[in-house]
Amino acid sequence: MADPTAPARFAPRRALAYWRRNALVWRKLMVPSLLGNFIDPTLYLFGLGLGLGALIAEVEGQPYLNFLAPGIIAYATMNAASFEALYSAFSRMHVQKTWEAVLTTPLTLTDVVLGELLWAATKATLAGGAVTLVAAAAGLVAFTAIPFILPVIALTGLTFAALALPMVALAKSYDFFLYYFTLFITPMSFLSGAFFPLTQLPAPLVAFAQALPLTHAVALLRPLAAGSSPAFTTLAVAVVLMGLLTVLPTRWALRRLTRRLLP
Amino acid sequence: MTARSPLPPNRSPQHPLSARDAPSPHPTAAPTSDANPPLAALTAVVKHYGTTRVLDALTFAVYPGECVAVLGPNGAGKTTALRVLLGLSPYEAGHVTLLGHPIPADAVAARQRVGVVPQFDNLDPDFTAEENLIVFARYFGIPEATARARVPELLAFVGLAGKEAAPVATLSGGMRRRLSLARALVANPELLILDEPTTGLDPQARHLIWQRLRELRQQGVAMLLTTHYLEEAERLADRVVIVDAGRVVAEGAPHALVAAAIEPFVLEIHGDWSSVGGIDAFERRLAESLTPLAANGATAPRFERAGETLFCYTTRDPAAALALLEPHPTLTAVIRRGHLEDLFLKLTGRELRDG
Repeated sequence: MADPTAPARFAPRRALAYWRRNALVWRKLMVPSLLGNFIDPTLYLFGLGLGLGALIAEVEGQPYLNFLAPGIIAYATMNAASFEALYSAFSRMHVQKTWEAVLTTPLTLTDVVLGELLWAATKATLAGGAVTLVAAAAGLVAFTAIPFILPVIALTGLTFAALALPMVALAKSYDFFLYYFTLFITPMSFLSGAFFPLTQLPAPLVAFAQALPLTHAVALLRPLAAGSSPAFTTLAVAVVLMGLLTVLPTRWALRRLTRRLLP
Repeated sequence: MTARSPLPPNRSPQHPLSARDAPSPHPTAAPTSDANPPLAALTAVVKHYGTTRVLDALTFAVYPGECVAVLGPNGAGKTTALRVLLGLSPYEAGHVTLLGHPIPADAVAARQRVGVVPQFDNLDPDFTAEENLIVFARYFGIPEATARARVPELLAFVGLAGKEAAPVATLSGGMRRRLSLARALVANPELLILDEPTTGLDPQARHLIWQRLRELRQQGVAMLLTTHYLEEAERLADRVVIVDAGRVVAEGAPHALVAAAIEPFVLEIHGDWSSVGGIDAFERRLAESLTPLAANGATAPRFERAGETLFCYTTRDPAAALALLEPHPTLTAVIRRGHLEDLFLKLTGRELRDG
């Protein structure tokens, strides 16, 4: 007998079938969903950017509003991925029993979980992309940079979707996710360089910030938004770190979910 | 017998009653014949949850064209057995096959040819009836156009014609269960697995589901269902498998099983026993008047109690004996035929099984 606790292998066609299920729900609720995903960050961008920006002359050689725009893009992407992979996926797993229904078909738990991961990354890309377009329209992001910004947004979305999966695997109710936001997401927002330069932080916190994925997303997006390209080492470190933070939590969550849902 | 005959010749659709009374071609669960391999088979399956042994060398099979009902009290292991069969739950010992595929190794290929109606509705609340079917068809790799073309036929079959655009939230409990049945049929399954398919439905909805399940069986779809309704098993199943504590305690055609283990007459008496000198005294008098002469070859009556209700199982019609005893009008007596429920209670006991 095969190891019953080993998750099934990734089957792209089957994971895509599940991804399409989520995409169809989104299409039916597209307008409120997109508005929610980008109005909030847009308000942050212009509220903070113009309000605080009036008090600040320049940050790292550019107006505060321009400095803030890539930070808000990364922040919006992180939030969209986290909300989708936490609340929406948990709702489908635990409340609606969508996963249970799907598992009686040829789809496996691996297909469902990877379908959720890819869907949350997709939704985060749409949210981050919408904020990018607004920022570009306001002259804060170079239009020519958008094709380079989108892959960074997609990788950021994938990473934060993957980081949320272990929480879904452990959660007994929605309340559990509040810890994740309070203890992880919100502190990271302020330690990532999204809202102000990392150089403002004490040295130990700067070192700590290098371990946070949002820091690396911001480090890639900031030069891109300004029309330049990030240093190769910045890119390499970001891709390796975000890659690891995608693969490892996903694998852990899959094993844990297999034990939980297929006892 | 030809291999994989969709409908054995002794099960003429025109004579469902005689078909039910016919002896099952597979009185034992073990897959013994290579000529007619089972669609689903659990062989000596052992499984624990923690230290609780939920499946204790469980063995049963479903053959092409037949409907098998798995009966058992709560916690007997019925749902666990279905999960094991679908490859959704590991087991420690034994052997499981589904549509010829070893489980769990080849569960994906096996599930491609199986439809499942779950115990609790898990239709997609974000979708209409039609979207529920089309999205499910995708999971089986069915092309969108093919799925879309089949939707009206599937909905009509379950009595939901014209409900394509109805959101699931607007459907009643009975309609949702019927939509679950349509969803299970979306990939033309060879085997339909139903976990308590009519629990919680009103009689009209239940009868409609039964009627559709009979039609499917006549079309050659094999079925494995679990149920608490003994009546449902008697009506639908060619064979019942009674499970208790993860073991098969009885198996066979429902009528043959009842005939073999339950006396033909059942007398149920309840009410105020004080007027007849108490339940014990009444039972003794009834036993004396019913205990037959040895020459009759019949057996002594068997008594059971549930609270203040006395059950008397007897091979002789108890009407005359009952009349002689002239029970007081405060007692209510009912004489009926023995049925599957009596067998079920005899085998699994009358204690409540909570959980």
